[in-house]
Formats: sequence, C-alpha cells, structure tokens
Amino acid sequence: MPTLTDYLVLSALLFSIGATGVFVRRNLITILLSIEIMLNAVNLTFVAFGRALGEVDGQIIVFFVITVAAAEAAVGLAIVIALFRHRESLNPDSFTMLKW
Amino acid sequence: MTLFYVFAGVAVVTSLLVIAQRNPIYSVLLLVASFGALSGLYVLLDAPFVAAIQIIIYAGAIMVLFLFVVMLLNAPHEDTEYDERTHPLARPGPTRAGSLLAVALVVELVWALTRAGEAPSPFPEAGLSSIAAIGRALFTEYAFPFEVTSILILVAMVGAVVLARRDERARK
Repeated sequence: MPTLTDYLVLSALLFSIGATGVFVRRNLITILLSIEIMLNAVNLTFVAFGRALGEVDGQIIVFFVITVAAAEAAVGLAIVIALFRHRESLNPDSFTMLKW
Repeated sequence: MTLFYVFAGVAVVTSLLVIAQRNPIYSVLLLVASFGALSGLYVLLDAPFVAAIQIIIYAGAIMVLFLFVVMLLNAPHEDTEYDERTHPLARPGPTRAGSLLAVALVVELVWALTRAGEAPSPFPEAGLSSIAAIGRALFTEYAFPFEVTSILILVAMVGAVVLARRDERARK
C-alpha cells in the first residue's frame, strides 16, 4: 500500500519537472504546458492530503484549481496568438520590448 | 501497490518527455497521457470525481485548446537554425541558470521531504469522499467561491476573445 510520502515524492518530482520546463525551454507553448504539469503536481498533493485527513476539502480545492487552470490556458493561449501575430515567433527571447 | 508504481512511472516519464520534445504537438499528446496516469492515481486515492474531471476538463477541454492553438500557429519547430541544431535541453547560455535553479528546487524538495518528521502512516481505511459529500460541501460551505468561479470563467472568456481578435482599426 503506497503511503502519503510516496504521493508527496511523486508530486515533488512532477513539480520539479514542470519547473525545469519553465526554466529551460524557450517555446511559449511548452512553457504553458510545463505550468500545467506543475498545477497537476499540486493537485495530486491536495488529493493525497485530503485522503490522508479523510476530508473532501482537498478535492474541492482541486476543482477550483482546474477551473483556474482552464481560465489561465484560455487567456494564455490568446496572448500567445496575439504575440505570434506581432513577431512570427514563439521564442520568449524575441519579446523584449519592455526590457530596459 | 503495483498500480501506483505503474501510474507514477507513466506520469513521470511522459512529463519528462513533454519538456524534452521539440515538437509541441507531441508535447501536448504526451501531456494527455500524463494526465491519464494522474487520473488513475486519483482513482487509487479514492477520488473518482477528481479523476473524472481530470479526464473531461484537462485531457478533454484544455489539451484540445492547446492542440488547436499549436496547429493554428503552425510553428512546430523552434525558429532559428541554432535551435534546430541543438536539443532544447542541451543548450548552453541562459539554459545553465535555469538548470541550476531546477536542480536547486529538486534538492530543496528532497531535503524537505526527508526531514518531514514522523514515519509515513498508511491511509485510513474508509475514504468518505463520495460525490454527494463533495456536492454538499461545494454548494454550502464553498458556495461563494463557486459563484466567484463563474465570474472568473466569464472574464477569461471575454478576455480571450478580446486578446485573440484581429485589430480592425490597425488594418484600415
């Protein structure tokens, strides 16, 4: 029977993979996907703790996280489309207009 | 027991492949596989409601949105020739700082988990997470956040339409 720690270790691994993607990759779509990986790692933590404490609050928070993730994906992808129209590129290094 | 390791292995491997892929379409499809494995883990955690919305909303709706944008932009590869030659995870320069940060994060998380205190306890026998209990809590205790969520979705919808619309004035 896997314990709470197993789930937490898995969640930490997934979160680190997502963070690595955000730090290392230079493609806006992949960066957004890495953010989704991190959100899922956090969801797993919530559900595992909810199960360990015997409460449903963890699952309800996951419900809200998924809703926010959907909103974030919609707005983020709309921004990606708008940026791509301006620069014909998905590389974040090509959007440096605000850089001093 | 073994199911946990199967699902965990699939989730980790596909997530690693997501950030190691050049082509975003493959990344999106691999992420769908990762979400499927996570959904299995939710079933193991006695949370069928979360497993269902994980498949329906995440793998179904959000990933289709990503796939749609990837195909709409039609920019599967990174744009410069340098990007074509080198693998995304094996580039020098700014990548080094990012890798350092990632390694630091892994070290911190492992340190925190090993110092986490008393021995891990197995889960209590009876999970009480029936869908009825979730619905009751959602519409009583969490009724206000639930309604706020609908406003959030409305704002996101309007925002996405406004952001992605072509600027008509600029074209005249």
